[in-house]
Amino acid sequence: MAATKLKPVDAVVVGTGLAGSIMCKSLAETGLKVVGFERGRLLDTQHDFAMPYVHDELKYDRHSDILQNLSRETITFRNKMSELALPMRELGSFKPGECVGGAAVHWGCHAKRFLPWDFAARSQTLERYGAAQIAADCTTQDWGISYDDLEPYYDQFEHLYGVGGKAGNLNGVIEAGGNPFEGARSREFPNPASKTTQIGQLFSDAVRQFGYSPHSNPTAAMTQAYTNPYKLMLGECIGGGFCGGHVCAQGAKANPLNTVVPALGRHDNFELRTLANVIKINLDSTGKRAVGVTYIDARGREFEQPADLVVLSAYTFNNVRLLMLSGIGKQYDPASGTGTLGRNYSYQTHGKVQLFFEDRTFNPFMGGGGRGTAIDDFNGDNFDHAGLGFIGGSYVAAQTSGAAPIKSKQVPPGTPGWGAEWKKTAAHYYNRSFGLNLHGSCQSYRDCYLDLDPTYRDANGLPLLRMTFDWHDNEKKMISHIVEKSAEIAKAISPAKMGSHKLSAKYSIVPYQSTHNIGGAVMGDDPATSVVNKYLQSWDVNNVFVVGGSAFPQNSANPPTATIGALACWAADAIKETYLKKPGLLT
Amino acid sequence: MQDTASQHAYGFLTRPEVQFLDAAVERLIPADELGPGACDAGVTAYIDRQLTSTWGMHGRNYRSGPWVEGTPQQGFQSRLMPQEIYRYGIAETDAHCKRQYGKAFRMLTGEQQDEVLHALEKDSIELPSLPAKLFFGLLWRNTEEGFFSDPVYGGNRDKAGWRLLGFPGVAASNYNELMYTQTEPYRVEPVSILDMQEGRAALDNQGYPKHVPAQKDGHGRN
Repeated sequence: MAATKLKPVDAVVVGTGLAGSIMCKSLAETGLKVVGFERGRLLDTQHDFAMPYVHDELKYDRHSDILQNLSRETITFRNKMSELALPMRELGSFKPGECVGGAAVHWGCHAKRFLPWDFAARSQTLERYGAAQIAADCTTQDWGISYDDLEPYYDQFEHLYGVGGKAGNLNGVIEAGGNPFEGARSREFPNPASKTTQIGQLFSDAVRQFGYSPHSNPTAAMTQAYTNPYKLMLGECIGGGFCGGHVCAQGAKANPLNTVVPALGRHDNFELRTLANVIKINLDSTGKRAVGVTYIDARGREFEQPADLVVLSAYTFNNVRLLMLSGIGKQYDPASGTGTLGRNYSYQTHGKVQLFFEDRTFNPFMGGGGRGTAIDDFNGDNFDHAGLGFIGGSYVAAQTSGAAPIKSKQVPPGTPGWGAEWKKTAAHYYNRSFGLNLHGSCQSYRDCYLDLDPTYRDANGLPLLRMTFDWHDNEKKMISHIVEKSAEIAKAISPAKMGSHKLSAKYSIVPYQSTHNIGGAVMGDDPATSVVNKYLQSWDVNNVFVVGGSAFPQNSANPPTATIGALACWAADAIKETYLKKPGLLT
Repeated sequence: MQDTASQHAYGFLTRPEVQFLDAAVERLIPADELGPGACDAGVTAYIDRQLTSTWGMHGRNYRSGPWVEGTPQQGFQSRLMPQEIYRYGIAETDAHCKRQYGKAFRMLTGEQQDEVLHALEKDSIELPSLPAKLFFGLLWRNTEEGFFSDPVYGGNRDKAGWRLLGFPGVAASNYNELMYTQTEPYRVEPVSILDMQEGRAALDNQGYPKHVPAQKDGHGRN
């Protein structure tokens, strides 16, 4: 079918989630003619987010229509290169979005910045411990930017999203009550920290005995009513649960739909084109310049939208896949180690210690909004790794997330999986249990990567993205070590019973873990090991910028959202202040 | 046998399938002194409604071949849809029970039924059309969903699952005042989406339900 060629515009933005909405707004502010493409629909928050319908665990946990519809497009997955990759037929391990706002519409509001160490993980490990500390097949590398480069943009994002917290390091001065391990911040959070819950207090009291530093998790659920720099108002979080995975009736969960998208309507030079699935970036005959994108609309018609500037800001998978389908960059080959596109795909790691009590109740259905008390003492390189045989770490948090009744029942080890005893035990401990959650880093490895699947195709007949990924010893050792430390903390809280989970022997795509897939189009200062430069500009096609989690060379322990937001602000600034004035490779 | 409209109000399941599931889900979550089991909580009706929904035909799943079994880490790879998994799974489990015990599943003693369910779970029964654990996994997943999801979906009748846990259902807008101070169990009558749809819940000016202290026996023991 021949594509209908449309009138040229100045810039197109592909994907209108967390990064894309920020890119759209920043570009629209320049007066350029900008089109934002979104494969999903524009939610109507007044009706889609109405009470009581958002307080529906079954819908949002199991049958949500704001998540990627796999009947049209999925990925394929295998643990090892020697296996046959098979399609992810139902959602499990992660939940990419399919709507304006993307996965950020249902995020859990955990708004931690990355640690300064995260941006220089390889060089700082070499400096402190030497080469032997890093596994031979580990491809973890420095980002090409430092924490200090990104700090003003973290600050910008936090004010856009109304993040609540308490500074632990204000301009280099350690502040009581905050996280002493965080990178220096230039000013306080725009909103106060969330208050400490009962479990947060138990955790705080316990970790202080070990000399650790408890602090409130930074959260993008409003700790008070807030008006952001675009004059958009967000309500205070009431702690009603039904949070992670859900949309918020209160408008208290900062997300693109209440922080940025309404402000896009003020720009006549901006057009949001929904139900428009971009399938290719078109290049000129030299292959060095993008001339626009091809997309398919809801009726199945194909259009070509010419543009001078193309910003890819879809989910990690689609950023990488669109580059592959468009022939931009060289596919990574793990056997020869050549090519960069698809290299350094990574994820995040988890562990848990569950505490069961006889004499305490927690009303666990209250909460959500990222409420939690955490320690960073085992995050990044905040502890001495000498002799431990791994790099990286995790934060440990006691979270009050709003325990939903289908998925959040915890039973002690040895409880039957169903039947009379399961029923009694699940009922007994639902209100008498909480967990210490580990949220850990994941390094990148030579054999963990993305490419196009040779067999399976999407509804448009295009090859699916193929993921090859498994846990490595570094992460297994790291989580085991910190689970043991967390169990010591748990014992100090004196539960009647305890259970724990370490990293599974193999990564499985089945249980939900996190929507924190990263890499594949990573940033860096060397075209031999990165797809985009430090301004997220394609080394190969200079009028293409690739913004999102796809740019992370490996994953921090901290959730990616704040860093994706900060990178979008950083890239948008580089485009506005430098690229548009003199198009070409930014240096 | 009493012939009521509700006994015929199944969109997908046949009468023998309903009887099979009523018996099976009651073993998975049995009635006891804490309250009703899955059968009385309407879990079979819940499953029937799920099977007639988009999910019952895996409408949002990727459904192109080739179909290969794969490793456990690669997840669901069956070409069968939930409707088929239940239809074949029930018939073939019943056939197994007739061979093994001389009776259909629903006619077995509770202990025998547990034996069969454990065997399905461990994949130690060979069903002709599908792995036994695939059927069991779906049955348990849906039973738990039907017992604990909002009654608007047909299960969790009289909010039995929520009363069991002490889960209040749709949140009230006063949690922020209680969350940091309340260490005693919060005992209220649970409020469902169905209650609010049918006008049975008092609302505050933000549209959130006003929770009232628990009245029924059996609720809030946690």
